[in-house]
Amino acid sequence: MKLAVCINHVPDTAAKITLAADGKSIDKNGITFVLNPYDEYAIEECLRLKEKNTGEVIAISLGGDSHKETLRKALAMGVDKAILLKDDTPRDSFAVARALADELKTISADVIFFGKQSVDSDDAAVGIMVAEMLGLPSVSVAVKLDIENGLATAEREIEGGKEKVQTKLPAVFTAQKGLNEPRYPSLKGIMSAKSKPIEEKVPAPSSVKTEVLALRKPPSKNAGKIIGTDVSAVPELVRLLHEEAKVI
Amino acid sequence: MNILAFAEQRDKKLKKSAFEVVRTARTIADQTGGEVIALVIGDDVQTIAAELGGYGASKILAVQQPKLGAYSSTAYAKVIAETAKKEQAEVVLLAATAMGKDSAPRVAVKLEAGLASDCTALTVDGGHIIATRPVYAGKALTEIKITSAVKVFTLRPNVFPAGESSGTAGTVERVDIPLDESDFASFVLETTQATGTVDVAEADTIVSGGRGMKGPENFKMIEELAAVLGGAVGASRAVVDAGWRPHHEQVGQTGKTVSPSLYIAVAISGSIQHLAGMSSSKYIVAINKDKDAPIFQIADYGIVADAFDIVPAITLESKKLLGK
Repeated sequence: MKLAVCINHVPDTAAKITLAADGKSIDKNGITFVLNPYDEYAIEECLRLKEKNTGEVIAISLGGDSHKETLRKALAMGVDKAILLKDDTPRDSFAVARALADELKTISADVIFFGKQSVDSDDAAVGIMVAEMLGLPSVSVAVKLDIENGLATAEREIEGGKEKVQTKLPAVFTAQKGLNEPRYPSLKGIMSAKSKPIEEKVPAPSSVKTEVLALRKPPSKNAGKIIGTDVSAVPELVRLLHEEAKVI
Repeated sequence: MNILAFAEQRDKKLKKSAFEVVRTARTIADQTGGEVIALVIGDDVQTIAAELGGYGASKILAVQQPKLGAYSSTAYAKVIAETAKKEQAEVVLLAATAMGKDSAPRVAVKLEAGLASDCTALTVDGGHIIATRPVYAGKALTEIKITSAVKVFTLRPNVFPAGESSGTAGTVERVDIPLDESDFASFVLETTQATGTVDVAEADTIVSGGRGMKGPENFKMIEELAAVLGGAVGASRAVVDAGWRPHHEQVGQTGKTVSPSLYIAVAISGSIQHLAGMSSSKYIVAINKDKDAPIFQIADYGIVADAFDIVPAITLESKKLLGK
């Protein structure tokens, strides 16, 4: 089974976001970048599918040299091959999807995995766009996956419940937390990842379809009032919620 | 410019977000000119679609066949994109729900359109739509303009007002979009819905518990308060990672980003990831023993005390107020 996983290098979720001078991007100084959290589930699922069915897992990342760090982590977890589509010009989801789809076309994987979204732009679009560009079916926000005889049955999260989806392979999946428990890279994995090559390619430029006009901080909320320090404050709280805030 | 508004239904019931999407399309069309075309997809949905006339749809289309009764990413996207072309829609609006988020990227590719996901505001400036959307789980907001000829937006549920229905029932036109086997390459086999619970992403009131709840058994009091207020139960990441609560209840980065009218944070100190996911709530109540907990920095109302004393008292007091 040929498995491909597309991964991204993003600010750690614990990072404080400050704005750059251009007013359109973030100040990257002092921010730790990590493997996108949802992509860990995607990698893990590919590794499990490989262990069950034999095959090969290829990790692909689009970005600058810094993305090698994230590709190394994927290699350390057990991915067989890493490809860097080297391009650090700003791209929107459409342009990212185009570059990944071009590369994936040459790979012809049975299963293509993404994290359900990158925790930077939160667009949750690239994986599904790639599926559409490749003419493949997809299941997004997957929390369970079974593959049997070239047919996949997956569960995806919906509002207040789950959908069980059936799809033929090849197909694209995007991973949600809960799909599995990602492994930690072993020491041996980390050591061998250091010597594994990362193949570098330059993707064709792709035009963007969106323009960022501004990036700003959300309006800051001021601390409100402390109503009390024991149960006697409760009637006042409920009164305020009812009469002042009008939310109950 | 013509606007296509995809109005989502499940089990032959229009979702609240469907009305939000149609109303928003109307608000934009009032400024830019053009028609609002509402589209409902499913099996036998013609009757329910009429209701959209009260929310500003100038034209209502129903694309129905038995196979469309179950959601299919590929088939729904094709119907939406084909309808957009037929109706010469320059803008396509969907709700940023599980279904809308799943079909919008495909619709965008089919229409060679730029996509702005999970928008929290759309404004019209000089004939252009400017979308505001949270990024970094809400730690920042970005304003974007789509530069392609066709533009696709998904709207965060619960943010755009649906307003009251004018009571006008619209005329529903049945439209056929030919679909074949290959359009159903993936399809939903079955849907399981937890009964009687409200999902955090759609809830207008959320009561969330954190690590200070000390154990899963103590969430009973959170559930009771949520039930009395007609809201959803939420959870912090620590609680989900500990296995006390299911992941779909997690609020914050790597969970859900929410903007309810009322968010009650119980025994949650307020990590940066959690605050990012809920600080756009209209009213925030914090209950925590630690007066220095970061959650108090963004709370409208706070009580510095043991949650185990306070939460049951709020439940009781609310019951009294609501006559329950």
